Amino acid sequence: MGETPHRSADAGTGGTRVTQSHERPAGASARMAEAPVSTRSPGGTGLGGGGALPRSRKFGAERAFRGLTLAAGTTVLVIIAAIAIFLIAKAVPALRANTENFWSYEGWFPNDPQPKFGIGALAFGTVLSSALALLMAVPVALGIALYLSHYAPRRLGTALGFLVDLLAAVPSVVFGLWGRDIFSSPVRDFSVWLNHHFGWIPLFGGEGPFGASVMLGALVLAIMVLPIITSLSREVFLQTPTANEEAALALGATRWEMLRTAVLPYGRPGIIAATMLGLGRALGETIALALTLGITFGISFNLIQNGGNTIAANIANAFGEANETGRGALIASGLVLFAITLIVNITARAIIYRRREFTESAA
Amino acid sequence: MTTTVTSHRTQPPAQPASLRAKRLPWYAAPAIAVAALALSAALVYGTDIGGPVLVVALGAVLYLVGLFAAATAVEGRRSARNRTWSALIHSAFVLAVLPLVSVVWTLVSKGTERLDGNFFQTSMNNIGARDANGGAYHAIVGTLEQVGIAALITVPLGILCAIYIVEYGRGKFAFAIRFFVDVMTGIPSIVSGLFVLAFWVLVVSPWFNDGRPSFSGFAAALALSVLMLPTIVRSTEEMLRLVPAPLREGAYALGVPKWKTILRVVVPTALPGIVTGVMLAIARAAGETAPVLLVAGGGAAINANPFENNQSSLSLFVYQQAGDASKYAPARAWTAALTLVALVLILTIAAKLLARRNRLSR
Repeated sequence: MGETPHRSADAGTGGTRVTQSHERPAGASARMAEAPVSTRSPGGTGLGGGGALPRSRKFGAERAFRGLTLAAGTTVLVIIAAIAIFLIAKAVPALRANTENFWSYEGWFPNDPQPKFGIGALAFGTVLSSALALLMAVPVALGIALYLSHYAPRRLGTALGFLVDLLAAVPSVVFGLWGRDIFSSPVRDFSVWLNHHFGWIPLFGGEGPFGASVMLGALVLAIMVLPIITSLSREVFLQTPTANEEAALALGATRWEMLRTAVLPYGRPGIIAATMLGLGRALGETIALALTLGITFGISFNLIQNGGNTIAANIANAFGEANETGRGALIASGLVLFAITLIVNITARAIIYRRREFTESAA
Repeated sequence: MTTTVTSHRTQPPAQPASLRAKRLPWYAAPAIAVAALALSAALVYGTDIGGPVLVVALGAVLYLVGLFAAATAVEGRRSARNRTWSALIHSAFVLAVLPLVSVVWTLVSKGTERLDGNFFQTSMNNIGARDANGGAYHAIVGTLEQVGIAALITVPLGILCAIYIVEYGRGKFAFAIRFFVDVMTGIPSIVSGLFVLAFWVLVVSPWFNDGRPSFSGFAAALALSVLMLPTIVRSTEEMLRLVPAPLREGAYALGVPKWKTILRVVVPTALPGIVTGVMLAIARAAGETAPVLLVAGGGAAINANPFENNQSSLSLFVYQQAGDASKYAPARAWTAALTLVALVLILTIAAKLLARRNRLSR
């Protein structure tokens, strides 16, 4: 690093002080017997001849630095509190002006003279699309993670793992653009096929148009969170103690039995944490869904007809023409989203904290 | 493949070759695959219910079933299960690679369409729906300024906060800070945008702007800071914990005060890891669209002043062009997306390479 001269110079400055204070008692041992109290530093502990230590200053650099770090730490708490306070302060007037029930009304007209808006359909859409996305992404992600950590050749696994980490960094707007421009046409064909052959199932019913549906949004979300869940769970799988794996193999377990008995139980808290973090990402995802969903306000389980909406996508779409009450209404919906993600995150953290050794790897 | 030695199936000792359990011949798996594809093609085209995609999907399912049946018959249940799961894990890999490769391919093929000097030298000012040119210069300026300001705010704050948690913090207060940093990691980006909208744009900015709320690049930087801070704190904290205790103890033994030990010994030792974390946080912040959309306003002209008037950013530019009806807009959107991904990936790769050189890594 090249800081060696610096550090030794510093040790010198610290050292002179120490040698000075050591000099005194060593050269004046006879005088020490006369007045032992006076050599003790007033604030010092006096343990083990510690009277020679430099006295601690009340307002020195140490205290200043300590206070500085404490202030920085407190900032985090202040920010969290400020988020809650400011969101509530801006949301309450809009909620007061709302002429319909905020929880059950299906619609979003906060800019009207008689503001009407409800969060029910949006919250439902948020939870539905995120749950669908995780349902599709988690098994596949675990499969890839196992492939990279235990099936692929070591070098290939490392290289592909690096690529997965890079894909996890690709901005969501790129996935949204891809979902809208490229992925929507195969999904539309698939939806038409599903509707033709399985239209009797309510999930796949309807008369169309198809395409910009909950299914497209959920698939794009799934593809987006896939690298995130994969890279976290791969790291957890790689940390399985080799002794456990070898013990399972030595007892005659097949490779799958080894994975099931040694790797998966060891990685379970990590898997749960990765899933919850993926869920947090999916719940808060804005732009990818704003670009892919066909925006409607209604609670429907139909997956393939144009429609679907989420809290975050609605904020992005409706923000442009929002007036004072409209902004307040959007902030109120953001508050609900904040609460949902807070619950998800605290649950995930509670699971991780129960197994401390995963705190570093899985978070 | 691990060979399973089934000891319960006792064989006569005269035949040592059969100590190994019976195994499927090497050509069994491809043969089953071909048979499954043929059967599924016959089924699909016979009943006329779909196209080639369905043939492959149905063929994969039939292959798994056939493989399981054949392996159960020859090798036994445990080995059959092993083979089936192995096939499933491999197919999960292929299944996921397809869309991700498609994303990358589209990005490169469509993104290079407008990758010319004009794109990087002009803004969208006075570019109408019928104009083919226009560029992202203003957006690039915006992204760099917003991310730069956010880094200036969060890097000192985050490192100091991590130092408090690791070196000074004791008891419930430090635990609370640690916990809320974790919680903050999960705040959706749109919520941080709404927070800055409610706090800075609607409440604070009217003081500087004759009582009217004003969007600005600085507000976007604040929103990005809320997102970057927990990431930086977490990664710095991990790195500080990896610094060996003897290094600290050596400094203390030489009489160096604690604050100087931290600043001159602990932090320099952990520096490569800290820089890695900072770069990853910057890369993530550079790709955020939602907060910038809410608080920066997004303008078409070049605005180099982050404290006044609307500013755009690369990700916001992509979103705006994606919603534009002009037939030239998609090409601009994809080129901007390619630029953005290149920026983010260069940062990420540099951070990962730096992390690899870090001697403190686990």
